[in-house]
Amino acid sequence: MNRFAYREAQTVQEAVEMMRQEEGARIVAGATDVLIRWRQGGWKPRYVLNIKRIAGLDEVGYSPHSGLSLGTLVTIRTLERHPLIQEHYPALAQAATAFAGVQIRNLATVGGNVCNASPAGDTLPALLAYGAECRIAGPEGERLVPLEQFCLGPGHTALQPAELLVALRLPPPPPRAGALYIKHSPRSTMDIATVSVASVVTLAEQSGVCQEVRIALGAVAPTVVRATAAETFLRGQSVDAERLQQAAHTAAQTAHPIDDIRGTAAHRRAVVAPLVQRTLHYAVQMAQGTRLPFQMQRGLAVEAIF
Amino acid sequence: MPHPLSLTINGEPYTLLVEPYCSLLDMLRDQLQLTGTKKGCDEGDCGACTVLMNGKTVTSCMVLALDARDQEIITVEGLRQGNTLHPVQAAFVQYGGVQCGFCTPGLIMSGVGLLLENPQPTEEEVRFAIGGNLCRCTGYSKVVQAILKAAETMQAQAS
Repeated sequence: MNRFAYREAQTVQEAVEMMRQEEGARIVAGATDVLIRWRQGGWKPRYVLNIKRIAGLDEVGYSPHSGLSLGTLVTIRTLERHPLIQEHYPALAQAATAFAGVQIRNLATVGGNVCNASPAGDTLPALLAYGAECRIAGPEGERLVPLEQFCLGPGHTALQPAELLVALRLPPPPPRAGALYIKHSPRSTMDIATVSVASVVTLAEQSGVCQEVRIALGAVAPTVVRATAAETFLRGQSVDAERLQQAAHTAAQTAHPIDDIRGTAAHRRAVVAPLVQRTLHYAVQMAQGTRLPFQMQRGLAVEAIF
Repeated sequence: MPHPLSLTINGEPYTLLVEPYCSLLDMLRDQLQLTGTKKGCDEGDCGACTVLMNGKTVTSCMVLALDARDQEIITVEGLRQGNTLHPVQAAFVQYGGVQCGFCTPGLIMSGVGLLLENPQPTEEEVRFAIGGNLCRCTGYSKVVQAILKAAETMQAQAS
């Protein structure tokens, strides 16, 4: 294990300036990924740059017109418990309940989970399904990058040297929408997804057909991916059980999983369709007005053997 | 190079010198001899090192000691009032929530953290709250029972 130095930034500008002047930084906030990678010898930072003291980056902002804004330091625990997130972005709150255990959720930040860019990251399918954008600060100022273009591969992001993710923005939730995240893993807590799925469905006011749908798949490709063919198949169509089933099978074609310690490619391919089908089923129910208490949503979100 | 660090642990102010890569857990155990907090996996998976930081449970192996600056830390050593055990500690003794004891400080801290947020949890909520604590002896039943009984005791004391 290398011995790193420690720096702290009080403002975003200060953080950017430090990284610009001195290479070899590893940004820490919750530190729950950084310390593990460092102890395993995978990451050897010259210094860690603690951004946790930057004021304002832990704020949650919501309005029906502008949608949701999450500072990069918002904890997973806040995503899990925030009443407005539970109400308007339920798949994000569900995903947060499926994330590690309480002690890690109290530390881990949404920005860290995004920047870690793991295809199995719990918040990513929900963020992708809700159309999140990443607000990035850097030496040239700020820029916005859609989440789809932010995660480039396991651990690889679109962040350039001396850049920092400062916030995530989610568009306003459409009316008559429903959403479900399901994480499939051996253990119900403290585990990493073998496969995960988030679906957000919006229904048309009069006809009740599928107006808009987004299906995001986790841990079946180098990044979290959208099942666009399945989305196209559903859009504008009625949401009967048979069509949802067909959409789920279409979505499974998007999956290109690998064999790893958490499951075989064949196992992953086999569970994608039923998971997608289930997320669509409940998302449609919620969009049709069925009220599912959050406790029940939490139970649906975690599909584990133990 | 060590950095100065000031924080509050179990109600007492401390100022000490800490290396950048030292975890809160190693600082508590090795510099302050507060060895009640256990080191199990050192990667945030087992919950044996759980402490309260500003009233919230955290795995102290996953916290840089320097990041705890100006924070209030409570460890298992800080729970008792004089010679009286905290109700959660007392319930673990009374209902047999302890076997080998290694996970016990972490489980007690998770129980205390839960009851701070939710004084009347259901059994499901207790199980959900201790999901980040591994115990290989008890099978959790007695642990869950102890936390539920502690909740009752604390409710009775408060009223």
